[in-house]
Amino acid sequence: MTAPQITPGTPPDGPILSVRNLHLAIAGRRRRTPILRNVSLDIAPGEVHGLVGESGAGKTMIGKVILGIQPSRAVVTGGSVRFGGRDITHLPERERRRLMGRGLGLIPQDPMTSLNPAGRIGGQIADVLRLHLGMDRAAARARALELLNDVHIREPERVLRRYPHELSGGMRQRVLIAIAFACRPKLIVADEPTTALDVTVQRQVLALIKEMQAQDGASILFVTHDLGVVAKTCDRVTVLHGGRVLEAGDTRAIVEAPQHDYTKALMAATPRHDRPGDLLQPVPEALTARLNEEALAYDAGPDTTSASHA
Amino acid sequence: MAEAAAVPGGPLPHARESAVRRLLGNPRVVLGGAVLLFFALAAVFAPLLAPHDPVEQDLMLQYIPPAWSDRAEPGYLFGTDNLGRDILSRLLYGAQIALFVAVAAAAAAGLLGTVLGLLAGYLGGWVDAVISRLVEVWMAFPAVLLSIVLVAVMGTGLHSVIIAIAVIDWTRFCRVVRAETMAQKQQDYVASAVTVGLGRMHILWREILPNVLPLLIVLFTLEMGIAVIVEAILSYVNLSLASDFPTWGTMIADGRKYVNQAPWLMILPILCVIALVLALNALGDGLKDALDPVMRK
Repeated sequence: MTAPQITPGTPPDGPILSVRNLHLAIAGRRRRTPILRNVSLDIAPGEVHGLVGESGAGKTMIGKVILGIQPSRAVVTGGSVRFGGRDITHLPERERRRLMGRGLGLIPQDPMTSLNPAGRIGGQIADVLRLHLGMDRAAARARALELLNDVHIREPERVLRRYPHELSGGMRQRVLIAIAFACRPKLIVADEPTTALDVTVQRQVLALIKEMQAQDGASILFVTHDLGVVAKTCDRVTVLHGGRVLEAGDTRAIVEAPQHDYTKALMAATPRHDRPGDLLQPVPEALTARLNEEALAYDAGPDTTSASHA
Repeated sequence: MAEAAAVPGGPLPHARESAVRRLLGNPRVVLGGAVLLFFALAAVFAPLLAPHDPVEQDLMLQYIPPAWSDRAEPGYLFGTDNLGRDILSRLLYGAQIALFVAVAAAAAAGLLGTVLGLLAGYLGGWVDAVISRLVEVWMAFPAVLLSIVLVAVMGTGLHSVIIAIAVIDWTRFCRVVRAETMAQKQQDYVASAVTVGLGRMHILWREILPNVLPLLIVLFTLEMGIAVIVEAILSYVNLSLASDFPTWGTMIADGRKYVNQAPWLMILPILCVIALVLALNALGDGLKDALDPVMRK
């Protein structure tokens, strides 16, 4: 087997999030279909960590498991998720709820559907503040106004009174970013936060997330399929395929000298503004086939897998 | 951060105004609403509008035909019945009872059905199983028969009629609300609410319920139409109010005996029932179409 040795490496002051040997499967009628295979990753306080992979790699599922919002048929079959040193893999609902918003936050993929269509923007931000910070109505409103200012929304007083359908996708994503940062969580999962947006708005939203992160100091798990975005945004990166971690390390190191064939192929498939003339190469089918075989071989049994999984 | 500072803005569309415009642009909403408003005004102002006491009998003035007949008497627009009571006054007070029963019964059925439907759709599992089976068993009973049995047990009177309708028809609300709640539960905004730590009951009542509300308005309107008919049926078989009280159903039942001499005794209240029920159904259907794009947003 050619899979390279993967050592996520412990960040200096202890990770805020530590995923260790996570296995997850979708329970079917007869058998379980593995989705995540022995995934490990660490995120340091204040780190922006990229999680890259193509559709079906399981990157969104990792985010969901961290947030505890995976579908009920998705079963964690091994490993653990630790947040701030505490095992949160199987947290009872009540304790999980206390953690959400204050400890963990989400910037969702689709801003068009992620705000309640029947609630005013102000109320939706205020709900979170009142829930976690015990603010009264007036204080929550004042803070909501500040937050809208922070995410650079023009005329925040007016936007507070608006319903989501009256805002553009970019503005809604700004509101959702404001909500995610509202109670200053330690870790925010950004699940392809720009995929559903217009290309011109993507850059603004990306810049906004970085700006908010720099001010607030929260860690971010940045889930994306776009290595170009990772190169611009993330400190470290984990490359995922078929539910397996193929490569992980500092973004610069990986972008400049990818080790794994798949990472190299992904790089070749990513548009680069520093080399505008290059033709984009699709990921070779032979490589994908080989990776899928490796994944199946991994499922078949420990004796056939490489040393890195032992 | 130059990019972040460049703020997206642009004019904010006024979608709520267009929702109102869409309602007013729907002929069924406008027509049904106008007829409903007509009956509502008649009911509210019945004491002012009625030219005579609706229960006052005058045997000297029996069987006066409506104003368009040659034997009509001035002051009796729709004529009088077999006991010399003024039909117009009785119809006006009848509208009062019909609409009161319709609103009260639809509200009671809606409240019961909505609460159970929301819980079943949102909580799922055994709660859903119990409520859904209950609905299925409930719907196996023939409605009219059940209502007659209920009123017979509780005794006649308006409150019995209202309770009977609510107890029978909550299943309509329950089934539809349950299905809609299940659909809403899958929406991203519910997942977002979970990720900020909002509790399940907060999500159900404050996030999902407002999104089910347009549907409830439609169901409520349609249920009012059903309640008008059930009330008319029950008072026709003398299970509603005391028979001298002017409900439309009683008037139809009384008029049936004199249909050969004075057909207007029966025809006029029947026309009232038909007009009101048609208006409510048209309004309900129109609202459904007009609110649909809002609900799907």
